[in-house]
Amino acid sequence: MNLLGKLDWDAVPLHEPIVMGAVGFMVLIVVAVLAFVTAKGLWKYLWQEWLTSVDHKRIGVMYIVLALLMLLRGFSDAIMMRSQQALAAAGSQGYLPPGHFDQVFSAHGTIMIFFMAMPFVIGMMNIVVPLQLGQRDMAFPTLNSVGLWLTASAIALVNVSLAVGEFARTGWVAYPPLSELQFSPGVGVDYYLWSLQISGVGTLLTGINFVTTILKMRAPGMSLMKMPVFCWTALASNLLIVAAFPVLTATFAMLLLDRYLGFHFFTTDAGGNPMMYVNLFWVWGHPEVYILILPAFGIFSEIAATFSGKPLFGYRSMVGATMVICVLSLLVWLHHFFTMGASANVNGFFGVMTMIIAVPTGVKIYNWLFTMYGGRVRFTTPVLWMLGFMVTFVIGGMTGVLTAVPPADFQLHNSTFLVAHFHNVIIGGVVFGLMAGYNYWFPKVFGFKLDERWGKASFWCWFVGFYVAFVPMYVLGLMGMTRRLQHYDNPAWQPWLIVAAIGAFIIALGIACTLVQLVVSILNRERNRDLTGDPWNGRTLEWSTSSPPPAWNFAVTPRVTEKDAFWVAKQHALANGAEPQPARRYEAIEMPTRSGVGFVTAFFAVVTGFALIWHIWWLTLVGLAGAFLATLAFAFREHEEVEVPAERLAAFDRAHPVGVTV
Amino acid sequence: MNQATAIELRSLGHEAPVAEAAGHAVSKEIVVGYGFWIFLLSDIVMFAALFAAYAVLAHSTAGGFSGRDLFSQKSVAIETACLLFSSYTCGLMSLGVEARRQGAFYFGALVTFVLGAAFLGLELREFSDMIARGATPQSSAFLSSFFALVGCHGVHVAVGLVWLAVMVVQVAVKDFRASVVRRLQCFSLFWHALDIIWVALFSVVYLMGVAP
Repeated sequence: MNLLGKLDWDAVPLHEPIVMGAVGFMVLIVVAVLAFVTAKGLWKYLWQEWLTSVDHKRIGVMYIVLALLMLLRGFSDAIMMRSQQALAAAGSQGYLPPGHFDQVFSAHGTIMIFFMAMPFVIGMMNIVVPLQLGQRDMAFPTLNSVGLWLTASAIALVNVSLAVGEFARTGWVAYPPLSELQFSPGVGVDYYLWSLQISGVGTLLTGINFVTTILKMRAPGMSLMKMPVFCWTALASNLLIVAAFPVLTATFAMLLLDRYLGFHFFTTDAGGNPMMYVNLFWVWGHPEVYILILPAFGIFSEIAATFSGKPLFGYRSMVGATMVICVLSLLVWLHHFFTMGASANVNGFFGVMTMIIAVPTGVKIYNWLFTMYGGRVRFTTPVLWMLGFMVTFVIGGMTGVLTAVPPADFQLHNSTFLVAHFHNVIIGGVVFGLMAGYNYWFPKVFGFKLDERWGKASFWCWFVGFYVAFVPMYVLGLMGMTRRLQHYDNPAWQPWLIVAAIGAFIIALGIACTLVQLVVSILNRERNRDLTGDPWNGRTLEWSTSSPPPAWNFAVTPRVTEKDAFWVAKQHALANGAEPQPARRYEAIEMPTRSGVGFVTAFFAVVTGFALIWHIWWLTLVGLAGAFLATLAFAFREHEEVEVPAERLAAFDRAHPVGVTV
Repeated sequence: MNQATAIELRSLGHEAPVAEAAGHAVSKEIVVGYGFWIFLLSDIVMFAALFAAYAVLAHSTAGGFSGRDLFSQKSVAIETACLLFSSYTCGLMSLGVEARRQGAFYFGALVTFVLGAAFLGLELREFSDMIARGATPQSSAFLSSFFALVGCHGVHVAVGLVWLAVMVVQVAVKDFRASVVRRLQCFSLFWHALDIIWVALFSVVYLMGVAP
């Protein structure tokens, strides 16, 4: 009986220079940040204002910080893959041995989906949804903080896997029987499973929170059909989280039982059924795609209307299309594995369902085009991202419809054509959408605009880099190249892979431009201040309060009579001339108190996860007990709310006047 | 309507005629209850995945025990009775909360706890008997899925018991304050939901499992 379970010094890959270099770099950054915070005496500020904050805007910012960090991590994996494949042709082994290469592509997928795209989307919804609904916070502010910190715990575990042990070598989907103990005896799959279990719980809690907030807490007068489209897409996305994530949790629980207790869910012996894992995984996995893309659609809808100076074309059809996609996304999972060998009828059904999704998506594209048609379009950075999205996403959608045809899919399955297709929709859709939203709402959150020149440079690098990187992948797929190859014999592939690697480096420039943009904008913030709260001539309620908004968002709850409530109020004010604003009557409000329960519980979640991965059973109990006691302490706390006096609300509004109140 | 009149009206309790307007109008009880319903739905989705796995693997006995060899109708009937009756006493407990009567609450909580614990004890005995006979979760895919599905429900009941114990202490320490009453409301929703899942489980696993 070893006190440290399977953990010993062999777990640290000291003999692998690339890994140790990355670990050293990460440790250096963490130490530098900690030293900076200590030197500046910021610990108290950090703890009180951020780590224990239950303010949805701050939680959103922290989600997005996590997402950007993980973008860098996931992207370095991408650069490694592209350069490895550019080198490892005909006899050459490149510079990454197979075991390492397998971990790199597994980590790339896992990190980009779960720890880049998801936190980015959830962070964006956190910042925007309560503001657009005219609310002071989410339905469950403390739960929101718990969700954030559980996501952070999972991210911590995934990054620890780099230094202590290994990551999965199974691809980001971890199909059995490969992911079973028999074929993956190491801790890599356990890192994968436990970190995703922890972040899955966090995501589910967040999903419940958003569904409740959107359906139960809207400004007076805001009926569902007067709600901004971004809130609709957030609703659809979170309904899918509630419907799909529990399936992932159950599926991973089964695989964990197989691995830890010798169960036979997905083993090849004793009646286990590996294909059941594949089915269950994609019952979650396909809705997940729409969990990510629907909010991006919402972002583009807001941007199209704002920067064209027109109401969104076809609001009702946009809402309808969103909800149709929401339902259909649950009925297409089998198209990820037509090659399973289900009957022609089954494959035919899922193929047709998949093609039908293109219809509501097409409706959306036309709605955005007609919104811009006849408008005075301002070509700001968010609009560039939107235009890039419309072109790129349509191409990605068409290759998707192509792979939805079962006979074609038998040829394209697991080829780089597929890899190109899903990057085409995820980068062209989700990433472009998030970058558009980042540029669009940044001034609301921080009170100053981002630099336009660097923003546009970032867009062009991403846009061009994407095509240079992924068009060759389409070609390679048609030439017969399968995905996840550490090396290959066919010399005809190499030129295309070299081009793809160049594309990846162009995208790297785009990421660098985004970082430079942030720094430049912070340095020039005085010049780009947004003093009105409405830098873009916006339409929805988030622009009716100051930038950045106070903790309570709105001193007086806005009343809504129509869609685009803020725009209507501005038009009304214009029509009535300089009519004096009626005096606002302020009442004291109750705000939730900050709480460390999320941070502390998440800390113990990391302990529990780490202990389970390494079979350190006593430490598992310590972690679980710690999380339980933290929750208990929260349940018994005395002060649940603090009062903000009316004078303070009035004083803030006097200091930060906005043009028109709703 | 301008801002001032709007506020005026609201403070007098006259809501403007709005469709399904939310805002302050919805009390915290409603919001918390609603959120908890959504959570329960998600929990039921998780069980649905386990049910699906059971349905796929129910006949994959790998030449070993099948449900007909293992399930004891009598024991399961007593378990079911315990759990269903505990739902009734949980309802009585809620009435005690509604009336703000501590005595009635403690009594209802106690009986509910005892019945829940009895259910759990019987289930554990059933499991250990099966394992003693060699019908372990490691022996076939059918038994893996059986233990996981029924065990997951059992874990939920155990969590419910811990939650109930904590709530008893909360009432003793904090009395029936709003946040405690809201949590009790969620607890009773949770407890009834476990009943519903058990009914499905009883039908699919124990009844269909012994059907010829």
